[in-house]
Amino acid sequence: MTTTSPTVPRPAGAQAARRPSGGKTRRRTPQAWLFLAPFVIFYLAFMVGPMIWMFVASFFHTSTVESGLGQFAGVENYAEMFAREDFWSALWHTLQFTLYTVPPLVIIAFVMAVLTNRAVRGQWFFRLAFFLPFILPSATISLIWVFIFTPKTGLWSLPATRLGLDVGNGILSDPRTAMIGIAIATIWWTIGFNFVLYLAGLQEIPRELYEAAAVDGATPLQQIWKVTVPLLNRTTGLVILLQIIASLKIFDQVYLMTNGGPGVSTQVALGLITVTAFTDNRIGAASAASVLLFLIILVIAIIQQIVTWASTKREEVS
Amino acid sequence: MSAATPTSPALSKAVPAVKAPTLAATGTRSRRRAPAPARILAFVILAVLALAWLTPVLWATLTSFKNEAEAAAMPVTIVPENGFTLQAYVNVLSEGLVPRWAWNSLITSAAVTLITVAISALAGYALSRLRFAGRQMLITLIVASIMIPGQILIVPLFHLMLNLNLVDTYWGIILPQVVAAPMVFILKKFFDQIPFELEEAALMDGASRLRILWSIVLPLSRPILGAVAIFVFIGAWNNFLWPFIVVNDSNLMTLPTGLQTVISAYGIQYAQNMAQAVLAALPLIVVFMFFQRQIIKGIATTGIAGS
Repeated sequence: MTTTSPTVPRPAGAQAARRPSGGKTRRRTPQAWLFLAPFVIFYLAFMVGPMIWMFVASFFHTSTVESGLGQFAGVENYAEMFAREDFWSALWHTLQFTLYTVPPLVIIAFVMAVLTNRAVRGQWFFRLAFFLPFILPSATISLIWVFIFTPKTGLWSLPATRLGLDVGNGILSDPRTAMIGIAIATIWWTIGFNFVLYLAGLQEIPRELYEAAAVDGATPLQQIWKVTVPLLNRTTGLVILLQIIASLKIFDQVYLMTNGGPGVSTQVALGLITVTAFTDNRIGAASAASVLLFLIILVIAIIQQIVTWASTKREEVS
Repeated sequence: MSAATPTSPALSKAVPAVKAPTLAATGTRSRRRAPAPARILAFVILAVLALAWLTPVLWATLTSFKNEAEAAAMPVTIVPENGFTLQAYVNVLSEGLVPRWAWNSLITSAAVTLITVAISALAGYALSRLRFAGRQMLITLIVASIMIPGQILIVPLFHLMLNLNLVDTYWGIILPQVVAAPMVFILKKFFDQIPFELEEAALMDGASRLRILWSIVLPLSRPILGAVAIFVFIGAWNNFLWPFIVVNDSNLMTLPTGLQTVISAYGIQYAQNMAQAVLAALPLIVVFMFFQRQIIKGIATTGIAGS
């Protein structure tokens, strides 16, 4: 996941910074393209080019076995995707995953950050504990959680039986619970990112606000609810949208933990795309599925832009 | 635990733009003086969460040092009765290809990092300092592509690699990973903040733009270059999907993709599986230990994370 939010660290002496667009720097510098060439060449070759090719190939019966685009297919690939049950179920599983992971990833991360921020000592320890899993490779976290979810001897069976849940053949081998298992592993894996964003947001809230609230007799819980939560609204918005986009492109942990199974009960969009492209060798159909996934992500990104724009507008007014 | 200690200075260092709480500012009393039961409850919740988050890693590490019989034993033993053993690691490492995969991961991740930082810094500098036709359009394009996840493009990228004869090569793994629009954007924003006066004098003296970038701008940008490099490296090391698609030859697999192929061969060899999990993560844990502050600061201030 590569994402960026609008704030960027300032170098020393940033106060003296001046927009280079002003005054003397206005003259045109033709050598600019020499600086840009390496990036732009890679950008065209490995981003823009493949993107265009993907759109074109989605209208052809392209395959890996023969060279070229193959026979023209019109909208057949798209029609096929819309008619395929496993395409819709892959989208549904993605939505399911989003619904399972987003609320805990927002709420638990928030609780972790607030409590860590208030902890009197040992903050470094809590930061380490909550953040460490985030840097682990998907291969590592999948191995660990498959082991934890092992029926009977796995660590998960201890609290699960305590809670009266039937462990059965293991959470990952039951079509009804496999996605929950993947969601739990993912929450554990990625929460550190949200935790750090919240922690940074908390640091920017002036303490005077809490003091004023305390003077007015607000309890700590009221302070959190009336001061912290509203002031972190922007962070929460960012966290939710990044999480939704991250959910749309999950693949690693699903492939490594269940390989989409049992049956196709955990198959997600990228899983379907890789199977179509590299097992069935149907590049054209897989391109159509990729284009559809791309359009979904595009719509969400545009919504995010509108929301950001609207909230900045609101802030400017107030 | 004292009720009036200011926020740990370590954290304020990790997050910039935070006014370090001075000792005089122990007027925090009003905020800290929550009733004792509430404070204890808060601490208990925090401790339980920390325990829950550490347990999987600790348990996996512990298991990797047990023998196979004990790793699968029920009830779970905390301290192995037969003592700790390195047998699982010996078995995994003698699995012929593991050192090779680690080497492949290191080479490709280092190459991705070097190329990405170099081309992104050059482009970021041009976008920040130089004026040329199409500048605004290029900035818009780069910002727009930040939201597009590279995973969307695996199908056309694989086809491209097939035509370039780069399937099953290092370059096939490396090249598609070096296009990092967010990194260009982050570097551009950073360069924007560097006072132009510093470069002006050098320009007057007839220094070339490249020289100015190398000897004035880049040294001032060390922290952000470091953060970008760390994130690119972590992203490349952890990348599973792309190497998994573009490499079939087991001699060329990276550690995460290679390990995946032997897991099934081991079956229920839990200690060996956990030894693999630890080995795949080890280089990253080392990177994390050294650069913890930069990593956390990088996320907090820019929201970047590896791909």
